[in-house]
Amino acid sequence: MLQGWVIVVASFGYLGLLFAIAYYADQRADAGRSIIRSPYVYSLSLAVYATAWTFYGSVGRASADGVGFLPIYIGPTLIIAIWWLVMRKIVRIARQNRITSLADFVASRYGKSALLGGVVTVIAVIGIVPYISLQLKAVSNSYTILTHYPEIIAPAAHANVPLFEDTALWVAMILALFTIAFGTRHLDAAEHHQGMVAAIAFESLVKLLAFLAVGVFVTFGIYDGFGDVFRRAASDPELRALMTPLEGVAGSYASWVWLTILSMLAIMFLPRQFQVTVIENLDENHLKKAVWLFPLYMLAINIFVLPLAFGGRLHFPGGAVDGDTFVLALPMVEQQELLALLVFIGGLSAATGMVIVETIALSTMVCNDLVMPVLLRMRRLRLNERADLTGLLLAIRRGAIIGVLLLGYVYFRVAGEAYALVSIGLISFAAVAQFAPAVLGGIFWKGGTRRGALCGLLAGFAVWFHTLMLPALARSGWLPLEIVEAGPFGIELLKPLALFGLTGLDQITHAMIWSMVANVGLYVGVSLFGTQSPVEHHQANVFVDVFRLEAGGAGFWRGTASVHDLHGLLARFVGVTAADEAFAGFLAGRGKHWPEEAPVADAEFVHFVETQLAGAIGAASARIMVASTVKEETLTLDDVRTILDEATQIVAYSHKLEQKSQELEAASAELRAANERLQELDRMKDDFISTITHEFRTPLTSIRAFSEILLADPEVDLEERRKFLGIITRETERLTRLINQVLDLAKIESGRAEWQISQVDLREVVVDTVAGMSQTYKEQNVRIEMRVPAHVSPVRADVDRLVQVLLNLLSNALKFSPPDTGRVDVELAEEQGRVRVSVRDNGPGVRPEDQNYIFDKFRQVGDTLTGKPPGTGLGLHISRQIIESFGGSLWVESRAGEGACFSFTLPAAAPRMASPEPPHTPVIRGLGRMQGAGRDEFPE
Amino acid sequence: MPDSRRKTHRLVALCLLGCLLFNYPILALFNVNGAVFGIPVLYFYIFSAWAVLIVLMGLTVDRAG
Repeated sequence: MLQGWVIVVASFGYLGLLFAIAYYADQRADAGRSIIRSPYVYSLSLAVYATAWTFYGSVGRASADGVGFLPIYIGPTLIIAIWWLVMRKIVRIARQNRITSLADFVASRYGKSALLGGVVTVIAVIGIVPYISLQLKAVSNSYTILTHYPEIIAPAAHANVPLFEDTALWVAMILALFTIAFGTRHLDAAEHHQGMVAAIAFESLVKLLAFLAVGVFVTFGIYDGFGDVFRRAASDPELRALMTPLEGVAGSYASWVWLTILSMLAIMFLPRQFQVTVIENLDENHLKKAVWLFPLYMLAINIFVLPLAFGGRLHFPGGAVDGDTFVLALPMVEQQELLALLVFIGGLSAATGMVIVETIALSTMVCNDLVMPVLLRMRRLRLNERADLTGLLLAIRRGAIIGVLLLGYVYFRVAGEAYALVSIGLISFAAVAQFAPAVLGGIFWKGGTRRGALCGLLAGFAVWFHTLMLPALARSGWLPLEIVEAGPFGIELLKPLALFGLTGLDQITHAMIWSMVANVGLYVGVSLFGTQSPVEHHQANVFVDVFRLEAGGAGFWRGTASVHDLHGLLARFVGVTAADEAFAGFLAGRGKHWPEEAPVADAEFVHFVETQLAGAIGAASARIMVASTVKEETLTLDDVRTILDEATQIVAYSHKLEQKSQELEAASAELRAANERLQELDRMKDDFISTITHEFRTPLTSIRAFSEILLADPEVDLEERRKFLGIITRETERLTRLINQVLDLAKIESGRAEWQISQVDLREVVVDTVAGMSQTYKEQNVRIEMRVPAHVSPVRADVDRLVQVLLNLLSNALKFSPPDTGRVDVELAEEQGRVRVSVRDNGPGVRPEDQNYIFDKFRQVGDTLTGKPPGTGLGLHISRQIIESFGGSLWVESRAGEGACFSFTLPAAAPRMASPEPPHTPVIRGLGRMQGAGRDEFPE
Repeated sequence: MPDSRRKTHRLVALCLLGCLLFNYPILALFNVNGAVFGIPVLYFYIFSAWAVLIVLMGLTVDRAG
C-alpha cells in the first residue's frame, strides 16, 4: 500500500490542506476577522520550535544518551517564565519601531546601522543553514525509509546518489516553492503573515498528534505501559546505564547546563522564533497564555520520547537501525501502515513548519538588511526614481528563499551525513546564541554601542565558525582533517576542539564558552571604551525606555520635506493604495483630510513615513531612503552639542543664581550684625550719658547741700564752716577732674587730642611722680618703693600725659592698698627695645574675670554703691588710650588676694645720636590708630 | 500596575526555582538507580518537576491578582 505515489499524494494533499488553511486565514484577516488573534493559536505557532529535530532527533538522542534531549525543552520552559519581562519589551519595541526581523532589530537598536543589519543577516543565514539541512535530511530519509516498506533500510549515503534522483533536492525545491507561495504572495507593510501563522499552528497540532499516536501505540500497543518498557530496558545492561545517565553517558552536568542555556537563547533568537513570537504577535497579552501553554506543549511532545527510544533499542538491538528513525521504524516493523504514514506526515509538518517560517524570516532579513541597503546605495541603479519597487522587493525575497534552501541542501550533501540530527541542530543553536548579547544588552543597557555589538557579533561568530563549523567541514572530508587534529597551521593552541588547550568538555559546551567569552567580552568592553553617535544614543533611549516613552516621539529628523515627495516614496515601496491609506490614517489623527489638507511634513510626519517604510524594507534601508529623498539634515553632532550647551548654560545660570543668593544671604547677615552693633553702641551711648550725669550729680548735690547750709545759717561756727568749704572745694575739684577726663576721653576717642610729643626720659617721670605722691602715701601710711635703673632709653611721648597715667596707676594702687600694711613697688626696666613701668600693690587684687573689664569706661571693680573705691571709672580707660596712642600697651597681671601689678611698656626711641629733637614738636592732631579705635565708641 | 509587577516578580522567582530544580546538585540527588511507578527515578523527577513548574506558571499568569 505504501508505494511512492501514495506517499507523494498524501504529502501534497497535506501541503494543499495547509495552503487552504493559510488562504482562509488571509481572507479572514483581510476581512478584519482574524482567526489567529487568539493566545492558543499564538502558543501553537510558537511550537514551530519543535521541528524534525524534535520529531525524529529527540528519540535518536535519547536512545544514545538518555536525557541529552531534555535540556533543549527545559531551557525554553525556564526562560519563558521571564518572557513577560523580556519578550514583552522586545514585542513592544518591535511594534513601535516597525521592526521586521531580528537583523532589523539589532540594526535599529544600534543607530539604524546597515552594516550591523548585514552582519546579523549573514550570521543568521550561515548559522541556520545546517538547521535547514537537518529538516531536508529528516524528510528525505523518512521518505526513503517509508518507500521501502515493509523492509527497514538505512538511507543510502547521499554523496553517491545522482543529483536529480536525490529526494532531498526535490524536497528542498518543493518546500521553496511552497514557502514562496505562502510568504511572498504580497507585501505587507507590517510583515504580518496571518495565513502562515494559521498554517503553522495547524502543523503544530498535526505533529503533536502524530507523535502522541506513535507514542501511545508503542508504549501501550507494543509494550504494556511505561513501567513495562523501562523494566525490560533495565534488564539490558547497556540500556540500564541510560537510567542514570548524568554521570558518564551524557557527559557532565556542565554540558547539561550549557545545553539548557543554549536552548534558552535559541528560543528567543532563532529567526523563526523571533518571527512568530515578535513580528507575528498581534497582542502582547497573548504572551501570558503562552507562558504556560508552550511549555505544556513541549512537555506533551516529550513524554513518549523515552519509551520510543528504549522500545527502539529493544526492537532493533545492535544498532542496525539509526535511532533517528525509530519513530518511523517502530510502526513499520509492527505493520501499522496507516500509523507509519501519519508519522511521516507528522515529521513532514514539523520540517515544513520550520522551513517555511525560517526561510521567510531569513528572506526578509536578506532583502531588507542585506540586499536593499546595498542596492539603494548604488546610484547607478537609480532605484530612487523607480515608480514601483514592490515587484523588486518580492523578487529579492523569493530569490532569498530559494537561495537559503539550496544552501541547506548543499550543506546536507556536504556535511549532513557526518552528524546525527540533534548535533546538526545544536550547531545552529550556537550560532543564533551569538545574537543574545547584542539584543539583550540592547534592550536593558543604554551603554551598548554599535561598534561593541559589531565586534562582539563578529568575534562570537568567528569562534563559532572555528570551533563548530570547521570540524563539521573537516569531518565530512571538505577540509583536511589535520586542521582538527593538529590545529590550523599546526598550532596546537588553536585546535578547534580544544581551543587554548581547553579539554574535557563536549564540543557544544566548549564552543559556547569560548564564543560567549569573546562575544560578551568585546560587546561590553568595546562599548565601555567607545562612544555613541547621536543616532545611536537616541535609539538606545527609544529601546531601553520603551515603556516610558510610549508614543515614540518625533525621532531624529530635523528640517522639512514635501508631503508629496514622502507620499511618492512610500507608494514606491508599498503601493499607492497602501500609502494613501497610511497617510489618511495619520492625518485623521490630526483631524485633517488627505489629500486636500496636506500639511507641511514636520519631523513627526517624516518619522511616521520612515517607520511605515521600515515595515516594508527595514529600518536601515528606510533611513537611507528617507535621507535621500527628503531635504533634511539629521541631527548632527553639532546640533546635539548645541542642545547640550544650552543645557549646560542653564545649569551654569542656576549655579550663578545660587551663588548670588548665597552672597545676598551673607550680605544681609553682615547688615544684621552691623545693625546689632549699632544698637549696642546706641545703648552704650545712653549708658554713658546716664552714668556721666550720675557722676556729675553726686558732687553737685553735696556742693549744693553745703552751700545752702552756709547760705541759710550764718550761725555756723568757723570750724564747721572750714569743714564745709573744704568739702565743697574737694567736690568741685572732683567735678573739674571728671569734666577734664570726659573731655580728654572725647578728644582722644574722636582723634582730636593734642599731644606734645618729645623725647622723654621715663626715669625723670617716675622719680618726679613718685616724689609728688609720696606725701599722700605717707598720710595713708602706705609704703612706696621704686627701683629705677641708672639708665633707660628715652621714649617718644607727651610727658604730661605719661605723668597723668602714672598718677592714675599710683592713686589706684594707693586706693586698694590696705592701710598700715600697704606696700607699693614701682619698677622701671628696659627689655627688648621696650621700656616698661610697673606698679605693684599688695591689695585685694583683680579677679581674672574682671581683668578685661577694668579698662572699660566707668567700669569699677567693687560695689559702686558703697562709694568705695572712689573715682570716676574713667582713669584706667583713659590711661590705656594714652599709652596705646604712643604705641605702647597697658595691662594688668593679678591673682585675687595677692595684689595687682599694672604695667605699661613704650617702645624705646632711636638712640641718642638721632637728630636732636626740638623740645616741643608741633602739635599733632590725632593719630590714625586712635581714630580707628575711637570711631565706634564715640560718634560725635 | 502593581499587580502586573507582582506577577512578573513571581514569574522571575519561578524561573530561578526552575534553574535550581534542573541543575546540579539537585539533579544529582535523583541520578540513582530505582524506579517510581516503574519509571526510573531521574526521569520521573524531571517530568514531574517540569509539570509542577508549568502548573505554577499557569496559576501565576492566569489567576487574577
